[in-house]
Amino acid sequence: METLSTNTETIISENGIQYPSKVMLDLHNLKKVYPTPKGDYVVLEDLNLQIMKEEFITIIGHSGCGKTTMLSMIAGLNPISGGNIAVLGNPVKGPGPDRGVIFQSPSLMPWMTALENVLLGVNQVFPHASKKERKDIAKYYLHKVGLDGSFDKKAIALSQGMQQRVGIARAFAIKPKVLLLDEPFGMLDSLTRGELQDILIEIWNKEKITAVMITHDVDEAIFLADRVVMMTSGPKAKIGDILNIDFERPRTRKSVLEHNDYYEYRKHLIDFLEH
Amino acid sequence: MKQSITLSKITQLMGFGFLKPITVLFSGKPQREDFINFLKKIIVPLLSIVLFVGIWQAGASALYNKEANYKIEKALADQGQVAADEMKACIASGEISCQPNTLPSPAQVWTSFKTLIKDHKVISADKLAFKEKTAAMNAKRVAAGKDPITYTGRPSFVDQIVTSLKTVFAGFLLALLIAVPIGIVIGLSETLRSSFNWLIQIFKPVSPVVWLLLVFMIVKTLTKDSNSDSAFIISFISVGLCAMWATLVNTAMGVSSVDKDYINVAKVLKLGPMQKVFKVILPSSLPLIFTGLRITLSVAWMVLIAIELLAQSPGLGSFVWEEFQNGAIDSNSKIIVAMFIIGIIGFLLDRIMLTIQNMVSFNKNEGV
Ligand SMILES: Nc1ncnc2c1ncn2[C@@H]1O[C@H](COP(=O)(O)OP(=O)(O)OP(=O)(O)O)[C@@H](O)[C@H]1O
Ligand SMILES: [Mg+2]
Repeated sequence: METLSTNTETIISENGIQYPSKVMLDLHNLKKVYPTPKGDYVVLEDLNLQIMKEEFITIIGHSGCGKTTMLSMIAGLNPISGGNIAVLGNPVKGPGPDRGVIFQSPSLMPWMTALENVLLGVNQVFPHASKKERKDIAKYYLHKVGLDGSFDKKAIALSQGMQQRVGIARAFAIKPKVLLLDEPFGMLDSLTRGELQDILIEIWNKEKITAVMITHDVDEAIFLADRVVMMTSGPKAKIGDILNIDFERPRTRKSVLEHNDYYEYRKHLIDFLEH
Repeated sequence: MKQSITLSKITQLMGFGFLKPITVLFSGKPQREDFINFLKKIIVPLLSIVLFVGIWQAGASALYNKEANYKIEKALADQGQVAADEMKACIASGEISCQPNTLPSPAQVWTSFKTLIKDHKVISADKLAFKEKTAAMNAKRVAAGKDPITYTGRPSFVDQIVTSLKTVFAGFLLALLIAVPIGIVIGLSETLRSSFNWLIQIFKPVSPVVWLLLVFMIVKTLTKDSNSDSAFIISFISVGLCAMWATLVNTAMGVSSVDKDYINVAKVLKLGPMQKVFKVILPSSLPLIFTGLRITLSVAWMVLIAIELLAQSPGLGSFVWEEFQNGAIDSNSKIIVAMFIIGIIGFLLDRIMLTIQNMVSFNKNEGV
């Protein structure tokens, strides 16, 4: 893992604080409290995490520990109770297209076609581009996720896997700085899941954006990530451990499985989850 | 068999699924199950109609006998044996003046139906003749800046139906224009929803009669010195006000219960308020809005008859009322004809709405 002191380049954020320019996302003493009838429930406390530009982070942790809570706070969809989150040094104030989100359910607008669903975001982010240019962008990403023949199919008529492909295309097409994924393949069968992992990693490789993905699948976590972040169980969850995955890219499933360190990594993660 | 596929799809979409066994029988090779289906879905319902008409006939003739006996006994008590015998003979001879006035039999209703149709043909021929006769004169009058002469004869039964349909559509349109926008606004804001709730809850159960009186108070004053058709205005506004509540409530509910995921997508994409409403919230609440509109239309049709009856505005309601007042020998059967027509039109209106509702609901795999 690179240490921050090796970064000589810095950028100045809105409020004048200097940040090492390689840090994309900075979660500092993050805290989240949900008020409940039985009193406040502290989900996250003193959570610190820095995520670098162009990094692929996967997050694992027990069910209910607060992974979704953390991700939705980064997305700006869930208010912060304490501490702060900065994107390139700028505090998160709300949702925005610089942080694309892929939800567990594809959440496409069912009354729109695949193309219209992608265009919904593209139109918003590139208001000055011509209609044709915007359509081309949307089509390019639909092509990338392998949906060439399905531009004009209604979202409701697509299979779960195809819907999630549209979800991926929609997220990348708005050119976010950070892509946040909350168990995006959790509902898919393992074959489709593998295909979509390949598609995701291929586009990510090309676009060079930062990705933060929650998963329950240890193999998926290792295959995709530069670093696997392990969260402790709640309440008051924080970052428990971080594992660097030093496989070179591009990776193939086969090369990863055959790598000497693979079982070492796997054991590390499973040990963490079992304690 | 592409044709039969589309045919059965249309009947399905229209809610005429019960016609499917027939389309199956006439398309391709019918199987044994198809015949059983045909029996179940067509023959048995037909038998139910026969049964209905049978009971009606029996009831009508029982009532007829009761009324006839009563008349004879009354004549006996008032004027003696001779008058009673005369009455008996008179009733038996079928003379119109002494017929017992009670629930008409199916045959009488059918006869009245044919009479009404014939009457309509006569009146429309009359109207056409009038139009031809006055065409040249009216052209001159219009050129001279005067109002053209219009036909002022009695409206036929069909004219009454058309008037009623016009009124119900005007009322429905009014309900739509009021209830959908307000429903959207209320649905968008929790605060507005809770602050307007009392108003909705109080006005929703108010009877059509009271709405009519309220509208009457207002419209009477507003149209005092214009020569507009205030009876029509009063009845369509009352219909709209009575019927709009279902749409209002459903629209507000649809808008307020849009899937949270869609709202999150809209937030992440930073859609503006207009885009959010028109691209996300409205489409996703369309099915519920249409459910509301469907209820609104059927309520509108139901209250329309009562309102026309009370407001003395032309239409099926006043037709029924006039016939009742009229008390002619075939008045009762004309009222029953109107009853069936009202029911059938209500049914058709509901089917049309159902068809539209099915077309806009995106939970179906159509358009593939
Ligand atoms: N709006 C809320 N109000 C109160 N408590 C909440 C709310 N949302 C989540 N929680 C609680 O906070 C905790 C963390 O929830 P969260 O959904 O972030 O967990 P998670 O790690 O994503 O779980 P999973 O792996 O099952 O998706 C859970 O105990 C949950 O019950
Ligand atoms: Mg979760």
